[in-house]
Amino acid sequence: MAMISGENHGLRLAVRYAVLGLIAVIFIFPLVFMVVSSLKPDQQLLLDTKSLRAFLPVGDISLDNYVAAFQRAPVGLFIFNSVLVTGATVLLSLLVCSLAGFAFVFINWTGRELVLGIILATLIVPFETIAIPLLLLMSKLPWLGLDGLTWGWLNSYRVQIVPLVADGLTIFLFVQYFKDLPGELIEAARVEGATWWQIYRRVVMPLSGPILATAAILKFLIMYNQYLWPLMVVQDESYRPVMVGLQYFFQLNRAWGEIMAYLSLITVPVLGFYLVLQRAFIASIASTGVKG
Amino acid sequence: MKTVKLLAATALSLTCWLAPASAATTLTMWYHGAGGAGANENEEKILDQVIADFNASQTDWKVELQSFPQSAYNDSVVAAALAGNLPDILDVDGPIMPNWAWAGYMQPLQIDEAKIANFLPGTKGVWDGKLYSIGLWDAAVALVTRKSYLEELGLREPTLDQPWTQDEFTAALQAAKDSGKFKYAIDLGMAWDGEWYPYAFSPFLQSFGGDLVDRETYQTAEGVLNGDGAVAFGTWWQSLFTEGYAQSTQDPAARDAGFNSGDYAFSWNGNWAAPKMLETYDDVVFLPAPDFGSGPKIGAASWQFGISARSQHPDGASAFIEFAIQDKYLAEFANGTGLIPATTTAAALTEAYQPGGKLAVFYELSERQGVLRPVSPGYIVQSKVFEKAVNDIAKGAAVEDTLDAAVDEIEADIEKNGGYGH
Repeated sequence: MAMISGENHGLRLAVRYAVLGLIAVIFIFPLVFMVVSSLKPDQQLLLDTKSLRAFLPVGDISLDNYVAAFQRAPVGLFIFNSVLVTGATVLLSLLVCSLAGFAFVFINWTGRELVLGIILATLIVPFETIAIPLLLLMSKLPWLGLDGLTWGWLNSYRVQIVPLVADGLTIFLFVQYFKDLPGELIEAARVEGATWWQIYRRVVMPLSGPILATAAILKFLIMYNQYLWPLMVVQDESYRPVMVGLQYFFQLNRAWGEIMAYLSLITVPVLGFYLVLQRAFIASIASTGVKG
Repeated sequence: MKTVKLLAATALSLTCWLAPASAATTLTMWYHGAGGAGANENEEKILDQVIADFNASQTDWKVELQSFPQSAYNDSVVAAALAGNLPDILDVDGPIMPNWAWAGYMQPLQIDEAKIANFLPGTKGVWDGKLYSIGLWDAAVALVTRKSYLEELGLREPTLDQPWTQDEFTAALQAAKDSGKFKYAIDLGMAWDGEWYPYAFSPFLQSFGGDLVDRETYQTAEGVLNGDGAVAFGTWWQSLFTEGYAQSTQDPAARDAGFNSGDYAFSWNGNWAAPKMLETYDDVVFLPAPDFGSGPKIGAASWQFGISARSQHPDGASAFIEFAIQDKYLAEFANGTGLIPATTTAAALTEAYQPGGKLAVFYELSERQGVLRPVSPGYIVQSKVFEKAVNDIAKGAAVEDTLDAAVDEIEADIEKNGGYGH
């Protein structure tokens, strides 16, 4: 009986791994295709798409496409710009949206339900509908910099960061998460005389690792894939992000190898971010004050 | 005290001495060539050289270039126009220019029109009787094949004076299909969406006697986009796919490499693709468009230079454009990119386009068969409507219904925009 049970267990395990393996293959094959294709000359790349060779680093393999990609576009600059804009926006977004969520959940103030409702309603408003009014606003905002007072935020990093810091989805995520935190902790801290800022910083935030990671991942993806907004507000090449830079490679006669090389390069920061966040995510769970 | 006076005098004289050098007014220029305009990265290099030469040739103006990827260029310009952030000099795709002029993004050029009297018609951007843009080159489409294919299939080689008729063209496609040698008889470039569709395929419609819009008034498409000629065009167009001569959905890779790999007997393609074809085959021929009853036609007008309405220095911008349209630069662009030089005198300076040159036929095609797309601000909508209609018909939609719907859409747009100022 025990043997049969063991066999069943083994079979179940095998099936589970087979399914998981299949899913992993489905997810990983496009990435493998991208990286492998980036090493092949165009003619071979196109011929190989007809067979499994498309996923194998065989034939005329070289880094020529990478060299050509760097010659065609300032790839390093685009990646730097995207990482800077995305990183700054994610950090500011976590701060601003968590503070907003904190205020909506833990502080009693008149009209908070109404304001929260308005913020949540923005979830159904596509960005495209506010893009032009936002563009007009950004083109007229003042800025005090090294050149003194100037007007208009176009062609800068700040115009790609500031308008996108706060968003309804991230605030909603924090609100939902904070609602599930034990209210006793907050009450205890208030009784002990803690200020709202101290409660936010020393009680709520240390418990918010999972939601910080989730919000950061979502915001990172949205920001790293930004195309329309930077296209509208940045005409200067030195501020362009990776997705606008991708258009450098979509000419009439497309150099597919270079496109794959560029895509491989701009995927590196995304993978790096996930690896870093994965550790932070586990650490946050391990150090959280409330388990189970 | 003496020292102070001496220093002040020195500073003053230095300022006066340096003043002329720093007096050059900066002119910003936007251009669609980041990453290699069209199909050729030489285009931007040559433009850089023209700008460097212009900046060195005088002390009043200094042109600074900002390049955009072509596929993002028009959207960037429109967004910048909304934000009041346009540069002094723009480059603009010929058929788009009337819209930008009508919308107030551009102002007329201040150049001596005698200097462009001998330019190809497709290179002159005229709206409302005024010259708004001028092109240093044009582009042309040809029916590309190989002499050996024509011989194997027993086909007459058409000429500019005697192009194929519709029957001859159909017979040629049938012969290619029957030979069993090719995947498809013709590569139409269905993989290239966007402006390629109206640029490459609306001349077929015009050769059938139809058009995107009535060019007498530009107020209606009724009777031209759904008249007898247009329906005949739509029926013929659909037959290309139902008869199996062409594919309605094409992989971009097949467009890029299909003809050069022997997958197609014919390719409907532009002169920018010609250099690669000539490298692949030594017997490539560029045939004129067939005549479907109202004369053989191909699209005209490519990218051109103009001045933004925001520019405070139209005189400087015009001076740059006048400088850029010298024959030597037209020839350099043609040599570097394969594009058609705007004048015969420039063509004579090139190897490929001089009489007897490998690409000279494109100059003649442009001159004799080139037809401008409708010169109307509404073209930007008409082109999209046409693109969708031919795509739908290619995939089996009912011809008359599709064209009627396209007419309705175009007319609604014209009405919504108050007739577009015609």
